[in-house]
Amino acid sequence: MDFKNVKEYLGWLYYQYLLITSIYVLEPWEQSIFNSVLFSILAMVVYTSYMVVPVHVHLALEVFSGICGEQPESTMALMN
Amino acid sequence: ARSVSTMYCRTTHYVRINGRANGTGPPSGKRLFQGQESFEQAPMYVAVMTYLGFGLVTLFGYFRDFLRAVGLEKCHIAKERDEQKDFVPLYQDFENFYTRNLYMRVRDNWNRPICSLPGPVFDVMERVSPDYNWTFRLTGKTIPNVINMGSYNYLGFAENNVDFLKTVAERVQQYGLGVCSTRQEMGNLGIHQELEELVAEFLGVESAMVLGMGFATNSTNIPALVGKGCLILSDELNHTSLILGARLSGATIRVFKHNNMQSLERVLRDAVCSGQPHTHRPWKKIMIMVEGIYSMEGSVVCLPDIVALKKKYKAYLYLDEAHSIGAVGPTGRGVTELFGLDPSDVDVLMGTFTKSFGAAGGYIAGKKELVDYLRSHSHSAVYASAMSPPVTEQILRAMRCIMGLDGTTIGQTRVHRLAENTRYFRSRLQEMGFIIYGNDDSPVIPLLLYMPGKVVAFSRAMLRRKVGVVVVGFPATPITEARARFCLSAAHTKEMLDKVLFDLNEVGDELCLKFSQRKYTSRPKEQHHNNNDLNKDFKQDSL
Repeated sequence: MDFKNVKEYLGWLYYQYLLITSIYVLEPWEQSIFNSVLFSILAMVVYTSYMVVPVHVHLALEVFSGICGEQPESTMALMN
Repeated sequence: ARSVSTMYCRTTHYVRINGRANGTGPPSGKRLFQGQESFEQAPMYVAVMTYLGFGLVTLFGYFRDFLRAVGLEKCHIAKERDEQKDFVPLYQDFENFYTRNLYMRVRDNWNRPICSLPGPVFDVMERVSPDYNWTFRLTGKTIPNVINMGSYNYLGFAENNVDFLKTVAERVQQYGLGVCSTRQEMGNLGIHQELEELVAEFLGVESAMVLGMGFATNSTNIPALVGKGCLILSDELNHTSLILGARLSGATIRVFKHNNMQSLERVLRDAVCSGQPHTHRPWKKIMIMVEGIYSMEGSVVCLPDIVALKKKYKAYLYLDEAHSIGAVGPTGRGVTELFGLDPSDVDVLMGTFTKSFGAAGGYIAGKKELVDYLRSHSHSAVYASAMSPPVTEQILRAMRCIMGLDGTTIGQTRVHRLAENTRYFRSRLQEMGFIIYGNDDSPVIPLLLYMPGKVVAFSRAMLRRKVGVVVVGFPATPITEARARFCLSAAHTKEMLDKVLFDLNEVGDELCLKFSQRKYTSRPKEQHHNNNDLNKDFKQDSL
């Protein structure tokens, strides 16, 4: 299949999405409902991950570096 | 790179013994007949997305039902009146839900009206729906010369060539159209007896009986053969007419896995050892019911194994050759000829004239005592109206053509052309990467589509390209295995098949339908078709 431009290719991708999820058989207003629900869920997922993930990763790195940092110090203390 | 790890394929080798009727003595030449059947499974994501798709549409179905119940939406389909609301609900079962919310949305792909002979090409009437398929309106235009890949026209006898139909027209002038009686009373015409003798000669059995309707041949004759105290062993995927006949008879029914000889043997052994359910008396009769070609799967029955099992356990065999008579075998005699078996090994041979002979009706054939008994004890033989004279003459002329008794080789040419078309079409489809079910020799080709959205889009896209296909979905097939079913015909020329294959290739790429994971050696590239060739109209012309 040869696509003349990006728009046609994106249109074909949207068509594949309609076919695979079987939304293709629904009426247009039902398709809009489903698309908006899906889009809002995805938007919420993206927003939550943007808010939450960096903070948690930072905390997790601190905990792990704390454990790794402590071990050589305690052995040094014992040896001294 | 494609791997073959998720493929289930069964290769069965059958030994074909030439000539001997009773099998004693060394066979003169053993040829190995290879019947390869494959039922490849699609990758896992396909099943997941199919279930997901059905789930989403079901959710929307509940939503729409809610809107209809609340009154926000007009209800187009039957519903109970207010006075009936306190009684048992009529329309809440799954079947009605499915029809209302899934089938109605997409039903423009089924029951399309046609307005010409269902030959290799036909004319489809155009219709539009202003309210999403609740009502249709014919526009008055027709879509001419659509290639017909759905009719059961295996040998191309659905034709309206005046020369071929001369004898049929003569019969109409001689006998009229209605017989106005049953065979037992006043309706037994000479041509009926002529047809029965010809059918017996065609199949190689002692005697045959013909009936006016193919479905009724099964559903009314099985109760005459078996009754209470008998056992029916029926294949999983048998046709509704066989199931209805078995249930009407009152016999015990046990089901074995489709075409699976180990399952059949296990059920047979259990039946013979334990006998009837509570009393443990031996069964009066054990009858194995199978079909020659299963039309939804395209698979051919393992007849030699079944005959061996039947002889070992002393059971009877009922073979329904609705799709295989005339369509398989070197001279079109059906699955008994395909495997080189003696037709008298099968106790009851049944078939229909609807598919390969271009007529209507069915036959039951076997030993003379069996057929004489059925003539007086079967419901449709006693009560049903006799077969109409022009239909009888059509079957007579078609059968004589296949046997070569009319002096021409048209029949044999058609049988060979069907076999060639079958081999060509199947091999090209597999090379393209589609998943096809069934035996390499069967002219019925199911092409798996799986997802409900793709099924509908496929049918519409092919009609836009002037190819008429039949798609089958949930109640007739398992929920995850929706398919398109192609029925090849001897009347299809190679150009028609090439056009269909070209369109299938394009639609397959457009809709991403090529799920197969097998590796194939590439054929030498054929010359590319110009678009000029493929836009050529296929006119209806006689063979």
